Amino acid sequence: MNYALDNWSDILHRAWQHTLLAGIPLVLGLLIALPLGWLAHSRPRWRNVLVAGSGLLYTIPSLALFIVMPIILGTKILSAWNVIAAMTIYTVALLVRTVTDALDAVPSTVTQAATAMGMTRLKRLFKVDLPLATPVISSGMRVAAVSNVSIVSVASLIGVPQLGYYLTSGYQRQYWDEIFVGIVACLVLALVFDAVIQLIARLLTPWQRVVTR
Amino acid sequence: MILEKVWQWLTDGVNWSGPNGIPMRLQEHVIYSLLTVLIAAAIAIPLGTWIAHTGKGKWLVTAANAARAVPSLGLLFVAAMFAGPRLSGDLAYTAPSIVVLVILAIPPIVAGAYAGVSEVDPAARDAAKGMGMTGGQVFTRVELPNALPLIFSGLRSATLQVIATATIAAAVSLGGLGRYLIDGLAQSKYEVMVGGSLLVALLALAVDLLFALIQRTVVSPGLTGRSGRRSARSQRKALEATGSAR
Repeated sequence: MNYALDNWSDILHRAWQHTLLAGIPLVLGLLIALPLGWLAHSRPRWRNVLVAGSGLLYTIPSLALFIVMPIILGTKILSAWNVIAAMTIYTVALLVRTVTDALDAVPSTVTQAATAMGMTRLKRLFKVDLPLATPVISSGMRVAAVSNVSIVSVASLIGVPQLGYYLTSGYQRQYWDEIFVGIVACLVLALVFDAVIQLIARLLTPWQRVVTR
Repeated sequence: MILEKVWQWLTDGVNWSGPNGIPMRLQEHVIYSLLTVLIAAAIAIPLGTWIAHTGKGKWLVTAANAARAVPSLGLLFVAAMFAGPRLSGDLAYTAPSIVVLVILAIPPIVAGAYAGVSEVDPAARDAAKGMGMTGGQVFTRVELPNALPLIFSGLRSATLQVIATATIAAAVSLGGLGRYLIDGLAQSKYEVMVGGSLLVALLALAVDLLFALIQRTVVSPGLTGRSGRRSARSQRKALEATGSAR
């Protein structure tokens, strides 16, 4: 407890670094997964390749991906971009299936009605399909956010600064307080991510509150 | 040129023998992962299916999902620090590593088993009861076979997670392919780290393929959509047999 009080500003600083390393990939991953998921949803032939293929990306060990990334990107091994790129890959891996399933679950009667009203495919996608798919997509985002926060801490093994530092440093010094600070800080950050995503999903789907009431 | 170095490392005969050789490390990795998944499955499959079958203890599924937020690296270090002074020899790092990997593998398997049984068509369950099956029979002959695809998907994601995370356990001295990542890092031998990474990814791919094959033989074709094609084929065969084809 004293350790946390004494190092308050350092913890906040590392928490912010952690937030960027886990959060930027969440946004990038969603932006990449949306068109891929839409493609898998609307072209059955591409479906297996896209869904299974992206799922396989999740099998690459995080430590390995952090190490291999500089070769692919040409960055330095300690660069934060390695972690961001690797985490984006994991986010895409988790979200392509979610987006596909979410779009599949939009009732066909609704999409037919939208088409009958004269909506173009693109307009229907943004006005009807995506809003109705938001609750499922947001639940996928919540899983991705929580696992991102956990995986980012592994980057401390190669020395990229974030909250995982307290884990490796605490282990090396056999210092329980420091390690607990690291774990609790990661848990709190994961909770914050979870709450923010839920809040955004709630704001994006105002009709849900009316329906469930 | 780094790829050349990796290829050199992978093909150098020296790296294929001895206690630090690739076959030995691979074997360790497979044994730890297999042991972990077996223990986790023995706990999680009965637990998940039981919760779904009885509808009791649903909070356990929620709790297991929430546990995914715990950083596995931190859990590993805590377990190693706890066990270090209390256990001796190899057990001091293998026991805490396996325990943490099991804890990590349980949530996806519980989630898969729970979802699998709870998403069985109620009509199928009712039909089985109507045929006079007891609760136990409904469970083993209807719910379980119907739940297999989702049980398998839980098992597969847990296994992949275990194979990937076992590499991190090398940081607390566990053997296996993770040694190449951690030792290569300590010695700044980039090609060893990349080579080790490749081996882990290949192992993960091979194991997932094996799971896909097992799943194909174990899961009833009626559930996978393969029966449609098969029945069309068998229909044609039946027609051919009776000579009325064409």
